[in-house]
Amino acid sequence: MRLCVNLMYSPKVLEHIENPRNVGEIADATALGEATNPVCGDLLHLYLKVADGRIVAATFKAHGCPPTIAASSALTELITGLTLPEARALAPKDITRALESLPRNKEHCSVLAIDALRAALAALL
Amino acid sequence: MRRIYLDNSATTRVDDEVLGAMLPFFTDNFGNASSTHQWGQRAKQAIEEARGQVARLLNAQPAEITFLSGGTESDNLAIRGIAQANAERGHHIITSQIEHPAVLSSCAQLEKAGWQVTYLPVHSEGIVRLDDVRAALTDGTVLITVMLANNEIGTLQPVGEIGALVRERREAGQRHLYLHTDAVQAVGKVPVDVKELGVDLLSFTGHKIHGPKGIGVLYVRRGVRIASQMHGGHHERDRRAGTESVPLIVGLGKTAELARLHLAERAEHMRELRDYLETELLGRISGISRNGDLERRVPSIANFNFEHVEGEGLQISLDLKGVAVSTGSACASGSTEPSHVLVAIGLSRDSGHGSLRFSLSKDTTKDEIDYLLDTLPAVVERLRSISPLAKKKGS
Repeated sequence: MRLCVNLMYSPKVLEHIENPRNVGEIADATALGEATNPVCGDLLHLYLKVADGRIVAATFKAHGCPPTIAASSALTELITGLTLPEARALAPKDITRALESLPRNKEHCSVLAIDALRAALAALL
Repeated sequence: MRRIYLDNSATTRVDDEVLGAMLPFFTDNFGNASSTHQWGQRAKQAIEEARGQVARLLNAQPAEITFLSGGTESDNLAIRGIAQANAERGHHIITSQIEHPAVLSSCAQLEKAGWQVTYLPVHSEGIVRLDDVRAALTDGTVLITVMLANNEIGTLQPVGEIGALVRERREAGQRHLYLHTDAVQAVGKVPVDVKELGVDLLSFTGHKIHGPKGIGVLYVRRGVRIASQMHGGHHERDRRAGTESVPLIVGLGKTAELARLHLAERAEHMRELRDYLETELLGRISGISRNGDLERRVPSIANFNFEHVEGEGLQISLDLKGVAVSTGSACASGSTEPSHVLVAIGLSRDSGHGSLRFSLSKDTTKDEIDYLLDTLPAVVERLRSISPLAKKKGS
């Protein structure tokens, strides 16, 4: 499959682009977080199902460039199973690390993912 | 995995015949054309033969053809060359909002040096209106530079009509008014005749027409003075110093000859496949529309707007399936600016949509288009299913 050479995006980013995890909405979500990047128009909706202080399911819908979709997908993988305090401690660099790397001009995609997470967590209060 | 190249407006494959013509000049006839011995004179002969081939393609005289490194250098030489040679006579340039960055940047540089530049709008059809040109002309206008065909949406600009207008103004006394056209995307797709167009300068490059990269042409009508930009030896009639790349020039000459001989059939081939691609896409995917005038354009380009899906996502998804296209998306440009051409035709800057450019060549097959047609709908569907903007099915 890795016949596709791409010097911008890491294999992990390409993997998430091709097979994004947890796409969709949660009908009875505990919380919904939205984030948008006004500069490039990227948009992320994050759905959380929380039980006993833990995120048991996370899904997303995203519109924007490929690393935004990759970052959103990686986010949902990262936070599923985390306690709320653990989720609150996440930062954009954690998303970037989960994707191995992002080009400098796409770092805002990790920021967008964390913004949506924080918005969802804030909605829980 | 199949590999399908539909980005021919970016660059093209060098024809086998063109490559074959070039190779002897790397190792057999490798002389410097300025040398007076046989090695040099044979090289010079090859250059002059290529110059003739290019001249015939444009209906120009060989002495009016200057070889240089490509379209960018040609645009720079034309614009800066005319401006500097006529700085005593005026300080105004007219161009369009959809020019190639080589033209826009050259104009911007001159603005910094005190020149005034009018950037004409192109409206939703993507074509400059003659009335706008006429209204912008002043007694201090020295240069009009308008591309012949746009690289993103393929629209053909009314250069011939502008040429007639320039002739009118010159006969009325405005003797130092010149017309340049960047014909990079038009040569090899539509007939390009410098006399019919009435241009004083014309630029094109080899790598868009199955020639090598690194070689292009500036046509300068006899009698038009330009200030050279590359100084050194007396090459190219003192217009452009630098030892000539004989293999590249020979390749350009060969491909120019083939382009001239086969223009009609190549154009027809591309038009047929392009029209097929468009009709089929419109039938298979909802929420898409074409950008730019559908009649006055080159036969090789189709540029589509896709609702509720982002351009770079479309492009990379197609790339992962082996299909090369280009996008006008802000995300893909490396900056956060969407294509200036799409903005100029009125596509809003908000990114609730994406665009793709498909550009065909004489070598594109129906089979390749069918592969694209079988692949793209699912790609669009998948990205729309991920997007919160796409409406639910049925609405």
